[in-house]
Amino acid sequence: MKKDEIPQDVSALGKITKEVCYATDSSGKYNAELSSGWDVKIKALDVAWEGIDKRIAAAKQQVLDNNVSPLLFFMEYRLMDTGILAGYTGFWKWQIKRHLNPKVFNKLSNKQLQKYAEAFNIKVEDLKSMTVHED
Amino acid sequence: MKIEFEHRQSAHCESGVTSNLLSISSGGKITEPLAFGIGAGLFFAYIPFIKVNNGPAIAFRTFPGYIFNRTSKSLGIPVVSKKFSSKEKAEAYLNECLDNGNPVGCQVGVYYLPYFPREYRFHFNAHNLIVYGKEGDNYLISDPIMETTNIMSSYELERVRFAKGALAPKGHIYYPKKGAIITDDTLRQAIKNGIKKNVYNMLSIPGSFAGVSGIKNTGNKIKKWRDKLGIEKSRLYLAQMVRMQEEIGTGGGGFRYIYGAFLQEADAYLPGNQLPEISVIFTEAGDMWRNAAVHAAGIYKGRIGSQEDFNIMGDYLLEIAEVEKKAFETLKKIKWQ
Repeated sequence: MKKDEIPQDVSALGKITKEVCYATDSSGKYNAELSSGWDVKIKALDVAWEGIDKRIAAAKQQVLDNNVSPLLFFMEYRLMDTGILAGYTGFWKWQIKRHLNPKVFNKLSNKQLQKYAEAFNIKVEDLKSMTVHED
Repeated sequence: MKIEFEHRQSAHCESGVTSNLLSISSGGKITEPLAFGIGAGLFFAYIPFIKVNNGPAIAFRTFPGYIFNRTSKSLGIPVVSKKFSSKEKAEAYLNECLDNGNPVGCQVGVYYLPYFPREYRFHFNAHNLIVYGKEGDNYLISDPIMETTNIMSSYELERVRFAKGALAPKGHIYYPKKGAIITDDTLRQAIKNGIKKNVYNMLSIPGSFAGVSGIKNTGNKIKKWRDKLGIEKSRLYLAQMVRMQEEIGTGGGGFRYIYGAFLQEADAYLPGNQLPEISVIFTEAGDMWRNAAVHAAGIYKGRIGSQEDFNIMGDYLLEIAEVEKKAFETLKKIKWQ
């Protein structure tokens, strides 16, 4: 890639930092240069997020229909599968699967809810009410 | 406390951390491209049975941790590397290192990194950064892909050092021991060893998942994706491949360009071995990966998507495989001057 071909399409990251890339100058010599981002890469990320947003919306509806506990919503929101959530909370995967049942979830102790809240980086009230504040 | 440390931004986290940590013992000689090449950083692997965000895992560089270890070992620098089961012990050890004046590399998960924008935060646990001091409850952070340094509270740092999921870092901390001096002779030998190792990884690993044969195999697979997976899933897979190719900070076939830069820098230490000429082939490979990504974007944006478009996509990889094969075979044949 030549220096004047370095893409400068501003990405979400580009607003915070430029990225280093290596490109050749007119004599063919490589130098470290800066890029604000590349449309091709931005679109690839968008495609990934479109899929995630669909899953979050579907999970939200499932919770509102009382088919599943708010855990599922936050798992989708935080891109966590049961394995990752088990890692953060210390629960077993089969316990998490049980807690996805709204009836079981409603009986969880505050201490148990606190573990989930910490894993999702939210407050216990927000966990119950499916409220999202940050980012 | 704050340790004298120079933050230098780099294209890739691990080669950046490696060159920045080795900058003192090497007197600044170990640049990012040299660390990447000596650490035999260039790679390709298609690992269908590991799923990342519901898509196949495709790697364009070597396994996490290898670049730092190989580079240090090859340069004869003893390293300290530890993982922890206790968060308290992990923090105590970190503080001890800082008290002793050692900036340290830490493996971290990206998901809860506070200075990353949300769009880039996935449960990717093989990111690397340097901690070079502590002020009150805040650690001083040099993340090599960022333009400037950052700070993180002790809680924030603990959270990413103990991120969970695949490749969980478990508080992994590493640094080179002080006092080693790198001579030009050591450097020459390390460059040769790095090239030899990379030649092996790209040409001779058995099976069809890794190296040049992995690229070829993936090219052939892509041609069948549309029929086998359907257009929606194929789009996601291609987007995933481009995201892996374009890991943050690599700006486009980036690893091939870093390798090209490495060969040019290596030429200063080992002239007369045609390294600049071979560097040009890697630039060509990098450009081809970029063109392939542009074509892939056409498909995942939904602009194109016929079987013919998938055939062209697959053919890009087959051509790249040929070019990279030629490049590494040329490197393999070098009779060092």
